[in-house]
Amino acid sequence: MEKKGTWAVKKGFAEMFKNGVIMDVTTPEQAKIAQEAGAVAVMALERVPADIRKEGGVARMADIRLIKSIMEAVSIPVMAKVRIGHIAEARILEAVGVDFIDESEVLTPADDRYHVDKHQFTVPFVCGARNLGEAVRRIAEGAAMIRTKGEAGTGNIIEAVKHMRTVNEEIRKVKLMSDEELVHYGKEIGAPVEILKQVRELGRLPVVNFAAGGVATPADAALMMILGADGVFVGSGIFKSKDPRKMGKAIVESVLHWDDPKILAKISEDIGQPMEGKDIEELEVKLQERGW
Amino acid sequence: MKIGVLGIQGDIQEHLRMIERLGHEVIWVKRPEQLEKISGLIMPGGESTTMIKLMKRFEVWEPLYQMLQNGFPVYGTCAGLVLLAYEIENYPDQDSLKALPVRVERNGYGRQVDSFEVELEIPAIGANSFNAVFIRAPIIVDWDKSVEVLSIYKNAPVLVRYGNILASSFHPELTDDVRIHRYFIDEVIKE
Repeated sequence: MEKKGTWAVKKGFAEMFKNGVIMDVTTPEQAKIAQEAGAVAVMALERVPADIRKEGGVARMADIRLIKSIMEAVSIPVMAKVRIGHIAEARILEAVGVDFIDESEVLTPADDRYHVDKHQFTVPFVCGARNLGEAVRRIAEGAAMIRTKGEAGTGNIIEAVKHMRTVNEEIRKVKLMSDEELVHYGKEIGAPVEILKQVRELGRLPVVNFAAGGVATPADAALMMILGADGVFVGSGIFKSKDPRKMGKAIVESVLHWDDPKILAKISEDIGQPMEGKDIEELEVKLQERGW
Repeated sequence: MKIGVLGIQGDIQEHLRMIERLGHEVIWVKRPEQLEKISGLIMPGGESTTMIKLMKRFEVWEPLYQMLQNGFPVYGTCAGLVLLAYEIENYPDQDSLKALPVRVERNGYGRQVDSFEVELEIPAIGANSFNAVFIRAPIIVDWDKSVEVLSIYKNAPVLVRYGNILASSFHPELTDDVRIHRYFIDEVIKE
C-alpha cells in the first residue's frame, strides 16, 4: 500500500537538496537562470528580501499565476513562501503542487502566537531558526527542514554566522547532557525533550539544516559550509549582484568545493560586483526576530 | 575494498553511512583522480541537472563515461538512475552517461506531493519485503530485454541490473535496510 506525505518522504526529500544551493527567483526567466547555474531548487516569490526591506508594506504569498509559471519553466523542485501561521496560504500552495513550503519570517507574519501545524500537510515545510530551541520547536510542529535565519536582504553574513554558531554550540552542550539535565534544558529553551534526545544521539539536528540570510559571495557560501551547513539558500545575493549568471554559478561551485581554498580562489575570481551590503546596526526592521 | 560515492550534490552522506555499516572504506568523490582509487561507485539522489553540470565543469564526466564503457561497477539511485539511462523521455536534450539501456521519465511518479513509500518484493536480496522511498522519482518507461528486472512496481521496473550497472528509482539509503547496498558490493562489484 502506497503511503504519501510520510515523515520519511518529507525528510528524505530535504536530504536530496544537500550540498546544493536553493535560489530565490521572482520570474520564470530568473528561474531558468538559477537552474542553468546549477541550483537544486528555486524559491518562487514576488519580491526578493532586499526589495521587501526597501519597499515595506505587508509581504504575502506570491501570486499563484507567478508560481505556476515558474513551476512550468524549470524541471528542478519549486518552493514557495507563506506567512508564519497562515494555514490558508499553505493549503493553497499545497493544492497548486509546489514541492516545499517555506513558512518564512521574510514575509509579514499572519499569526502572532502559532506557526502552522505542519503535520497536517502532505507537502513538506522548511522553517527558519536562530537557535536550537527555535529549530526544535519547528521540528516538533512538523518542519522537515530548517534554515538558520541570518538577516535576509542585507548581503551581510554576520547574522547567519551567529545563528549557525549558536545552534552548533547548543548541540555540543546537549551531547554531554544526562537525561535529567536534558529535561531541564528543554524547559529552558522551550524545546520538547524527545527531539532533544535525537539531537543528542545524532550530534546534529534530526533534519537537514541550510544556511540562509546574507549570503552574497562564493566565500560567504563556503563559510557557511565550513560551519556545518548542509547547503545554502541565496536570496537577494544573486539577482541583486551585477552578473547573476556568473554569481549564481560561482556560489554553486563554492558549495561543492568549500573545503578546497585553491579551487575557491579560482571560483572567486572575476565574478562581478556582489549585491550592495547593509550594516545590521542601521536596520530599522530585523526580519529574523519574527517567529518565536 | 574502497567504494566511492559521487560527492557532487545530493544525499551523499546517507550512502557513505551505508557503506561504512557494511564494513568498507568510503571515498567522497569530487575530483577525477579519486575515481582511480575505488572498486565501485554509488551515484546518490539529488538533482540530475545540477550533477551533470558540475561533473562536466570539474572534469568527472568524461573519465566516468569511459570507465562505465569498460565495465566499471556503478549503482545509481533516483537521480543516479537518470544519469545512467540511455534516454530521458521528457527532457531529450538532457545529457546522460548512456550506460543502461532504459528510457526514463524524470519525475515520472509526479511532484513531491505525489512522493510515496511502499513495500516491494525483491527476491534477489531475500524473502522479506523492502521499504522503498520514492521521491520525485524517475519511472522506467521502456527497457531493453537484456536488462534484468529485480523488482517491479505498477508494471514498471524499479530496481534493475545490467551487467556492471545497478539502478533503482527509489532510495534505500534513506532506510536502515542495507540489503541492496550489500547486493551491489557482493554481487555486482565482486563479480
